[in-house]
Amino acid sequence: MTASVEVSAGRVLEVLKRVNDPEIDSISIIDLGMVGEVTTEGNNVKVVLLPTFLGCPALEIIKLNTMKAVKKLPEVDEVEVEFVFHPPWTSDRITEQGHVNLRKFGIAPPPRHLEEDGSWHVDCAYCGSTYVTMENIFGPTACRSILYCKSCKNVFEAMKPVSTLM
Amino acid sequence: MTEKDSIMSPEYKKAITNLLFQLADDDFLYAYRGSEWLGLAPHIEEDVASSSISQDSMGHAAMYYKLLEDLEVGNADDLAHLRPVKERRNSVLTERVNGEGYYMETPQYDWAYQVVRSYFYTQAKKVKVDSLSESSYSPIAEVAVKVKMELYYHRLHWETWFKQLLSSTDVAKKKMNDAIELVMGDFGDVFSYGNQKQVIETSRLIASEELLKEKWKASIEPVFSALQMKVPPIPEQPTKNGRNGEHTKDLNEALLTLSEVYKLDPVATW
Ligand SMILES: [Zn+2]
Repeated sequence: MTASVEVSAGRVLEVLKRVNDPEIDSISIIDLGMVGEVTTEGNNVKVVLLPTFLGCPALEIIKLNTMKAVKKLPEVDEVEVEFVFHPPWTSDRITEQGHVNLRKFGIAPPPRHLEEDGSWHVDCAYCGSTYVTMENIFGPTACRSILYCKSCKNVFEAMKPVSTLM
Repeated sequence: MTEKDSIMSPEYKKAITNLLFQLADDDFLYAYRGSEWLGLAPHIEEDVASSSISQDSMGHAAMYYKLLEDLEVGNADDLAHLRPVKERRNSVLTERVNGEGYYMETPQYDWAYQVVRSYFYTQAKKVKVDSLSESSYSPIAEVAVKVKMELYYHRLHWETWFKQLLSSTDVAKKKMNDAIELVMGDFGDVFSYGNQKQVIETSRLIASEELLKEKWKASIEPVFSALQMKVPPIPEQPTKNGRNGEHTKDLNEALLTLSEVYKLDPVATW
């Protein structure tokens, strides 16, 4: 079957807004800042993704979900999804909407600022208190840490800051 | 293929390939040894942390194997699983067992050894990755920038353990000092490029062995002086040089276990 309309990058980006992180399903790969570039040639689409963490086991699932989602567009023939390392994914690529959506999931978004010594601070994902302690810098997935809030006594997760300044 | 690839000289490609095998095989074995601690680490938070670190490190190895695949050296998974011992280029330090016994039976692993090996190895990797991020071969430089960001957390983690155990009880100090001796005994090939030294160094893919050794010493010196200890010397000559394919029987056994599942069905997608 030949599609008569050429595919537009804008249409693809719309679709990618509905491809979520399989491990945090409140946030799309767009809001995570994983989508590097979308290019089209006739009815063929190429999506370039930036991996969050190199060993993240969700990457293959994200790749498959991206392909499936884009293929659903009737005007699309071939879809290619490629991971690249340049530019590197950093946590400041997460959008404002992404920050909101992470909070919805109970995950504190990564801090926007790192201290000069590389340390960082996040507020409680539940009550917003600054009275928190780091329990484990490594969490259930490579991109998350585990913290404890001394105000509301909840354990919560935070997205790790990842920066080229580290 | 980009234009740059097509004008790559055979000499340059050989240097890149050799260096990539060293980097990939190091992280592959390091990640494997780390993953053998699953369920055995001193407490549950540590189990989570060292599993993450192993997973990240396996991801780093996978990226280096992928760069080899891009150079048409072979399929990345095959390169990781199917190459025989004598073709492996990892340092002997990364292949050593975690201690007595087997994972499935009665493992009597040595946590002090794990901490010292991990800390010294991670610090060495940091020094290398810093240098690689300015590599003349841009695909390596780009991966290095990404690895560096993840390594930040690994280094922090192992340094904390290292300092704490060496500031702890006499038993802990004794175990740590024994571990330092064991680890340094195998440190002779960590910064070696083996018989590829000349070609790798002149290709400006990474700094010289000597410079990296100096940087490593300088990077751990503050931690050692805070502990009122001296940085142990790196052996001049390795007893076995993994970069030239010289390995211990520990590697044979590791590769048998590592590749067991892969060999059952090499075309399966993981
Ligand atoms: Zn709270």
